Amino acid sequence: MFLCIGTNMIEAHPVAATFLKNAVLNGAELIVVDPRKQPLVTFATLHVPINVGSDIAFLNGVMHVLITEELYDKEFVSSCCVGFEELKAKILEYPLERAGEITGVSEGMIRDVARRLAAADSCMLCYTLGITEHTCGKNNVMSTANLQMLLGNMGKECGGVNPLRGQNNVQGACDMGALPNVFPGYQAVINPDCRAKFEKAWGVSNLPDKNGLMIPQMMEGLKSGAVKAFYIFGENLANSEPDIAKVEEELSLAEFVVCQDIFPTETTRFADVIFPAAAWCEDDGTFTNSERRVSRVRKVSEPPGIARPNWWIFKELARRMGHEWQSDSSREIWDNEISVLAPNLMGVKYRRIEKDGLQWPCPDEDHPGTCFLHREGKFTCGLGQFNPVDWTPPAEVADEEYPFVLSTGRRLYQYHTRTQTGRADMDFLLPEETADISPADAVRLGIEHDELIRVRSRRGDVKVKAHVTEQVPPGMVWMAFHFRDACANWLTNPVFDPATQTAEYKACAVTVEKI
Amino acid sequence: MSHTMLQLNGMHVKFEPGQSILDVATNSGIEIPTLCYLKEAAPTGACRMCMVEVAGARSLVAACSTPAAEGMEIWTDSERVHRARKLNIELLLASGEHDCLVCEANGNCRLQDLAYKYGIIQVRFPRSFHPHQKEEENPFIIRDFSRCILCGRCVQACNEVMVNRAISYGYRGSHSKIVAGTDQSYFDSDCVFCGQCVQVCPVGALVERKSRYRGRTWELKKVRTTCPYCGVGCQLWLHVNDEGRIAKVTAVEDGAPNKGRLCVKGRFAYDFIYSEDRLTTPLIKEGEGFREASWDEALDLVATKFTEIKEKYGPDAIAGVSCARSINEDSYQMQKLFRSVIGTNNIDHCART
Repeated sequence: MFLCIGTNMIEAHPVAATFLKNAVLNGAELIVVDPRKQPLVTFATLHVPINVGSDIAFLNGVMHVLITEELYDKEFVSSCCVGFEELKAKILEYPLERAGEITGVSEGMIRDVARRLAAADSCMLCYTLGITEHTCGKNNVMSTANLQMLLGNMGKECGGVNPLRGQNNVQGACDMGALPNVFPGYQAVINPDCRAKFEKAWGVSNLPDKNGLMIPQMMEGLKSGAVKAFYIFGENLANSEPDIAKVEEELSLAEFVVCQDIFPTETTRFADVIFPAAAWCEDDGTFTNSERRVSRVRKVSEPPGIARPNWWIFKELARRMGHEWQSDSSREIWDNEISVLAPNLMGVKYRRIEKDGLQWPCPDEDHPGTCFLHREGKFTCGLGQFNPVDWTPPAEVADEEYPFVLSTGRRLYQYHTRTQTGRADMDFLLPEETADISPADAVRLGIEHDELIRVRSRRGDVKVKAHVTEQVPPGMVWMAFHFRDACANWLTNPVFDPATQTAEYKACAVTVEKI
Repeated sequence: MSHTMLQLNGMHVKFEPGQSILDVATNSGIEIPTLCYLKEAAPTGACRMCMVEVAGARSLVAACSTPAAEGMEIWTDSERVHRARKLNIELLLASGEHDCLVCEANGNCRLQDLAYKYGIIQVRFPRSFHPHQKEEENPFIIRDFSRCILCGRCVQACNEVMVNRAISYGYRGSHSKIVAGTDQSYFDSDCVFCGQCVQVCPVGALVERKSRYRGRTWELKKVRTTCPYCGVGCQLWLHVNDEGRIAKVTAVEDGAPNKGRLCVKGRFAYDFIYSEDRLTTPLIKEGEGFREASWDEALDLVATKFTEIKEKYGPDAIAGVSCARSINEDSYQMQKLFRSVIGTNNIDHCART
C-alpha cells in the first residue's frame, strides 16, 4: 500500500512512479492526498483532495481515528517509540469534524483512509515538495513521521517516510555539508569535537563555531549589508527563488558577486566575475539519489573552451588564498577525504561503485550498504520520538482582494528554470507556461482555454495563457517556474518555514483577470 | 520450493512450477532465440521465433509462453525447429523494408542477427507493400512502420512496464499497425516520450532521431553514468562516438535503481551540454557587459576581493550557495573553501527550496 502526499511523481519522478504503477496493477492500494487531480490520481484507490496547506489537519484527523478506534500499532508504539501520550493529547484536539472543516474533505473519507491504513500490512509513505514547501514544512514532515510510527510502518522495506528528492544531487549536497550547520556526514559545526576533527583533517585552526546563514537569510543579508560578497555556484536564484523582483533587488545590492555556471543565466547578469564550469559528462564524480545511493558519474568529453571542473576552481581559489589542497581529482577527493571524514560513507569507495552504487549508511568497506533505515523499529536515535504538531494555515490565504490560491510545481517536459531542458529540444513538448484553472472558474470568469490572462499577487503579475483543466479544483491556480516570462516566482510569497527556511512556494493568494 | 524434472535436448533438468520453457532453457544455459519476449511483461508468443519441439505435441510451441511441465521432453535445436525458424525469419524479412544498409538499427537489430545466425541468404517471398507513413515530426523518435515486425514489445513496454498506456495494436491483417491513441502521432497522443518503446524495439522501426548520423552501433563506446535530472538517479549508458559526443542514451538493464527504464528527460535531454550558449572562458564585469579574462586574472581577482572583504568586514560577510546538480566532490570542495579558507559557515544550497 502507498500513501502519496504532496507528490506529483509521474511528472517529477517519472521512473520511480513506474514502479509504483506496476505495484498498483499488481493489486497494491494507492491513496493520493493532493489538492489536484494530478496524473497519479488515475491509479489511485482513493483520491483525497485536501485544501492547499491543510496536510497536518488531515494527518492529525487520520491519527485521531487510529487512536480513538484503537487501530494503531500498540506494540510498535510501546516498544519502539516515545512521546505517545503527548501525541495523543494533541491528536484529540483534531476530531473529524475539525479536520474535515480545515481540509475540505468529508469526515467519512478521513475515517476511510485511517481504516485502510490500519488494515494494511505495511504502507510506504511518499512525499515531495508538496509537504516541505510550506511555512509549516518541517511540521508537515514531523506529522508524516508521527503517522508512520503510529502505524508501525517504520523500519520495513515497504514502509517508511520517503521523500523524493527534486534534483539529482540534493541528497548529496546535504551529505557533503553544503549546509550552514553541518560538516560532511552531518557532523555539527557547533560541536567542538567535530570541529577538532575537521581542523586536523584540513590542517587549519579555529574553524567557525556558529551556524551560518541559510539562503533566504543570505538574501536578506545582501539587503541589510551584513553580506557583502555572494558566491553562487550552479543556481539560478533570479528565477528559482520566490518573489523575483525582491530577489533581483537583493542581488543588485551585493558588493561582489561570483557566479560559477555552465550557461549565462538570469542570475549571472548580477555577477562581477563568472567562472565557466565543466558540465555533466565533462568530469568524473558521484551523485547521491533519493535512496541515499552513491552512484558514479563519468567523463566522456572535455569541457568547451577553457572551462574547468568545479572542484578545480575551488582548489585554485584556496591556493590563491594561501591553502594548498592535496586531492587532485574527484576520485582523490572522495576516496581520501569524503569517505574518510563522513562516518556513514566510510565504506563507499570508487572501486566499489563501478557498477551499481551503494546506499549509505555504509560504515566500512565490507558493508553492503543500507536499503532502508530503522530496521526492526530500531531507530537511529534509539526510540522513535513522536513530535505532536498543530496545523497552521499558509502565511497568505485567499481573501476578497486575492480570491485564488496559487500553488506551484514542476511539469514533466521541463526542469526548473530550463537552463538544461531549454537547450535540449524540450520546448517542442512544452513551449510556454500556462496558468491551470478549473472549468468552473473559467466559465464564471468567461475565460477560454488558451486565452491570455493576467495572474496577479501582492508581489507582481504575469500575463500567461489559461489552461482550463479538470486537474485543478475551483479556487486554485497552478503554475510552474520553468519559463522566465510567466514564471510563478514573480507571484510567490517570500515567507519561510521558521526552522528550515524553506519558502512557501505551494500557497499564496492571487487574482485571475481577463485581459 | 518443490522442484520438478523435464528433459531438455536430452538432458534431465530441474524446474520450478510457473517457469516457462524459455526460463528453464535460459537457466540451463541453452539459448532460444526470441524477438517479442520482454522480460518484465507477460509473454505473448507473438513472433513465433522461440518455437521448440515438445514430444507428443501436435505442433511446435512457443517457449516463452508455454509453461514447463513434469516429464516434458523438449528439443530446442532440432531440424524441424530450425526449418520453422528460418521460414519465420524469411517471412519477417519479406514483411517490410529491412534494408540494413540505410537502417539506423544496423548492428543493433535482433532480426538482422537472426538472419545472419540462420544463414538466410535469400528471401523466397515478395516484399509486402506497407501502407503506413513514416512519422518524423518530433525531435526525439522516428517511427518507421515499414520496418515494424509487429512483435509488440513496444506495446508491452508502454503498457506493462512504464504504464503510460499510449500505444496499442490497430487495424487488422496486412494493415496491422502499432498505433498511438486512435492512430495519432506520438505528439498528438497520450505518449509522454519516455522512449522505452525505442529501447525495446528489436528492429529499426523505432529509432532515436538525435542519434542519426552520429555513428553506427559498432563505432560507439558505452559509458555508464547517472542521469543529471531528478532525484531518482537512473543509470544510463551513454553511447559515445569517436569524437566523444553522445550519440544516444539508453538505460542500464538490471542496474539499480531504474532497472532499464528512463523518462523523456533522461533519455532525450542530454544534449544541453553541446549548446553554443555554454560559458567557455572566465568573464569579468566591465561597464554594462562582460569581458573575457584568463583564469589567472579571474581567480586572482576573486581571491583578492574575498580577502579584502574578509579583512574589512569579517568572514561572515561572505556567503555561498552550492549546486545540487553538480557532483558530491564539488559541493565538498565548496564547503571546504568556505569553512577552512574563508572561515565562515555561510554555505548552503537549494535543498530547502
